[in-house]
Amino acid sequence: MIEVLDINKSFEGKKILHDISANFYDGKVNQIIGPSGSGKTVLMKCVIGLHIAEDGQILYDGRDILNMRKDEIKKLRREVGMLFQGSALFDSLTVIENVLFPLEMFSSMTKIEKEKRAIFCLERVNLLEDKHKLYPSEISGGMQKRVAIARAIALNPKYLFCDEPNSGLDPVTSLVIDKLIKEITQEYDITTIVNTHDMNSIMETGDHIILIRDGHKTWEGSKDDIFKSDNESLQDFVFASQLFKTIKTVHNNN
Amino acid sequence: MRKFLQEFGRYSMLMGRVFARPENRKMVWKQVPVEMVKLGTDSIILVAIISIFMGVIMTMQVVLNTENPLLPRYTTGLMLRDTYLLEFSSTIMCLLLAGKVGSNIASELGSMRVSEQIDALEIMGINSANYLIFPKIMGLVLFMPVLVTLCTGLGLLGGMGVAKFTSLITVDNFVYGLQYAFIPFYFTYSVIKSIFFGFVIASISSFYGYYANGGAIAVGQASTNAVVKSSIMMLLMDIVLTDIMLT
Repeated sequence: MIEVLDINKSFEGKKILHDISANFYDGKVNQIIGPSGSGKTVLMKCVIGLHIAEDGQILYDGRDILNMRKDEIKKLRREVGMLFQGSALFDSLTVIENVLFPLEMFSSMTKIEKEKRAIFCLERVNLLEDKHKLYPSEISGGMQKRVAIARAIALNPKYLFCDEPNSGLDPVTSLVIDKLIKEITQEYDITTIVNTHDMNSIMETGDHIILIRDGHKTWEGSKDDIFKSDNESLQDFVFASQLFKTIKTVHNNN
Repeated sequence: MRKFLQEFGRYSMLMGRVFARPENRKMVWKQVPVEMVKLGTDSIILVAIISIFMGVIMTMQVVLNTENPLLPRYTTGLMLRDTYLLEFSSTIMCLLLAGKVGSNIASELGSMRVSEQIDALEIMGINSANYLIFPKIMGLVLFMPVLVTLCTGLGLLGGMGVAKFTSLITVDNFVYGLQYAFIPFYFTYSVIKSIFFGFVIASISSFYGYYANGGAIAVGQASTNAVVKSSIMMLLMDIVLTDIMLT
């Protein structure tokens, strides 16, 4: 479990995050949602430690990342996997080499064991063997996301971060990725934090959701609470489109 | 001045991270020959073409512009040799390489920064500066003396070609000039300078690429900064090294 307690973050005097507190639970897909520019990515980067929060606490199962030494942070990061918005696969490495990379760097397995583990991870994300020797530029965006998930889970992480995992994907492929993230989260009991503004993704996988607006946490709940809530900020964000207004009407009538 | 000090501070801190103990020494050193090929051997053709042509042109210019009866005929060979050893093969060739290799390094690292590949390394708990920049610096520093030696050899060969295939100067006069009053330390001086310049090109270009912030424009700016700043630093360093080693 990751606990965020009263963190603030500013850039060049401009305050981006205001006293954010939130809990992210094990075995659940925890989502940070909100409109573009609301501070979702900054919050996620603060939680990971890529940005340093100015105050407060960020506790990884009780360990405060803001008070850790550099070597402790490095050690903690080996328990973290991350899926980036643009996949962030290494261009110069093939698909399988990308998944092997964290294993080569940190694992004490033998060469054969590492290869077995990489193949297992790629199979887990349903990537066929004929794609393993291709370079990231030779596969589709959806496949790149799946390779990035395989790389993220290669070292059996305790915490998985996904920054807009559906960005640039068609609705069908987005669902595949969402499903995969949810399955992996439950299967390995990972604390997963997903940063998204994709409504399909929110309704599909949002076990625990926090809404960020202008750097403030304005709502917290699950996907089932969305229809029950009368939070103005949530209503403005979730039911902005005609489609979701209709869905809400139908849902309320039922 | 304040901006310069800030940049110098960031550069120094980056170099501290570059030369920190790696997470996996074997993985980092495995990249050194890869970078040697990418930055060094891939520059051989460029170095060869420029060295030979400049050797030919400089020989012709010296012969044609020093028609003074007081100057011995072998002056051409001597001038070409010392020009190549003292400045051309190290300083001028490294300035040219700063354009090719420097922009290559800055754009590669800049693209990695923009596409979050550097963040991905950091998230994995890897010292990205050490993993990405150290092999580039080592690769270029180790290969630069080879390029400089090749440049000198091919430049003198170009001059020899002029002596052999034209009637501007005889081969005997040219070779006598090459051998006349030769100071072996000039070669050492050239190699030492190239090692320093290799470090300057790789480290400064890496610095601008590593901290590229934004999109494609930022990568372009990083490339330009890498070439301009490393060229200026090399020229300043040339003065210092010449003062230390030759005076």
